[in-house]
Amino acid sequence: MSEPIIQFNNIHKSFDGVDVLNGINLHIRPSEKIALIGPSGSGKTTLIRLLMTLEEPTSGTIIVNGENLWHMEKNNKYVLANEKHLQNIRGQIGMVFQHFNLFPHLTALENCMVALMQVQKKSEEKAKLLAAKMLERVGLKNHLTSYPNQLSGGQQQRVAIARALVMKPKVMLFDEVTSALDPELVDEVLQVIRGIAKTGEMAMILVTHEMDFALDIADRVVFLDGGVIAEQGTPKEVIEQSNNTRLQTFLHRFRK
Amino acid sequence: MKLTEFNFGDLFDAALAWENLPFILGGISMTLAVSFISMFIGLVFGLILALLRGSKRWFLRWPAGVYISFMRGTPMLVFLFILYFGLPIIGLELSALTAASLGFGLNSAAYIAEINRSSLNSVDQGQWESAKALNLSYWTTLRKIILPQATRIAIPPLTNVFMNLVKSTSLAAVITVPELFQKTQIVVGRTYDAMTMYILVALIYWALCMIIAFIQDRLEVRFSKYV
Repeated sequence: MSEPIIQFNNIHKSFDGVDVLNGINLHIRPSEKIALIGPSGSGKTTLIRLLMTLEEPTSGTIIVNGENLWHMEKNNKYVLANEKHLQNIRGQIGMVFQHFNLFPHLTALENCMVALMQVQKKSEEKAKLLAAKMLERVGLKNHLTSYPNQLSGGQQQRVAIARALVMKPKVMLFDEVTSALDPELVDEVLQVIRGIAKTGEMAMILVTHEMDFALDIADRVVFLDGGVIAEQGTPKEVIEQSNNTRLQTFLHRFRK
Repeated sequence: MKLTEFNFGDLFDAALAWENLPFILGGISMTLAVSFISMFIGLVFGLILALLRGSKRWFLRWPAGVYISFMRGTPMLVFLFILYFGLPIIGLELSALTAASLGFGLNSAAYIAEINRSSLNSVDQGQWESAKALNLSYWTTLRKIILPQATRIAIPPLTNVFMNLVKSTSLAAVITVPELFQKTQIVVGRTYDAMTMYILVALIYWALCMIIAFIQDRLEVRFSKYV
């Protein structure tokens, strides 16, 4: 088994005294696809937000590709990571949000170009080429110059996926990416993610309520409950062999 | 004068107004110069103040707060007098134009800072988050993502500030800046027709503000194409 690309080691997180995560230990292999499931408030979203550095853990360590995320070595001592250190690691991680968070004043193409040019310092022509190619891959070849408000929710979310993918992250995080979509638009987004999952070498963590989809593409299902990992295993193990009653009730509610 | 004897000519002597219009309009360039320089100072300094005020560090946030409070809480004219009549006493002599531009600019900066702060805050937090997820730096995010969106929100209130500024430059007449209002006062001194001349200059200010309002409409259309 190869070295894990991501390690959550005894992660705790509380917001204003309310414990959300109570000691998460989770190692993720490169190219592994993880479905993070669990009741709302179980801490799924918080866990991936910690990895994206949108939140800071209360305690515990996160290791990305062998490097400590929130701390760095300085004069033989571990100190809090500075912005440069965070940026170096952040570049390996991409994220897609529930509410798309596209930049409304930029076209689909520009949304995908901005980080290529500003972060990876690519030329405008090169960025345009890469961005267009990625948008084509998510089926938006004909919407390169559309502004987000001219696109459907499903299309917007596909732009958001392309925008994250074009940076070539080693780990992709999906935070309930279909929850804000009209039901008839869910499939086109799931289709795109399935495509990435089947071909990509990158690791993926999907926080999702699309249970059938999760079980279909995940290598491992992680069930979070009350801020701890209550159960994990391959989809088959989790569905067929788990004795965890909370998990069974939860799955029962979501699977038709 | 009994009301029955009223005739329009007493209120507004059109011929006299026409005759003196070129002289008064001679002050328009100075009015615009003070307005634009002040607005520029106000915009730059107002953005810095807004960012300081939104800072997590108290020693940045606090002085900005005091500055804004002071400027909003003191009359523009008093501040102008401090700059023009007060500073020479400690050996710092400013020209009337410099004092006026600086005075109006530094004063407007306080209002602009508050506008900027609320506009910046009104941009969805998710924009910062997705920018961070793309690894954009704080400054790049501000420049490329947040400011363009905040600008759209800030245009109407900023236009108000600018209109106010244009009108407030009439205060500069008091410290001898030869702008519209000062020119008008000269004409009044010469013709003794205060009514006609002050109505005339009021109309000129109004016309200027209508042009500004027109530009505001244009800008709003331009910035709203994506909302």
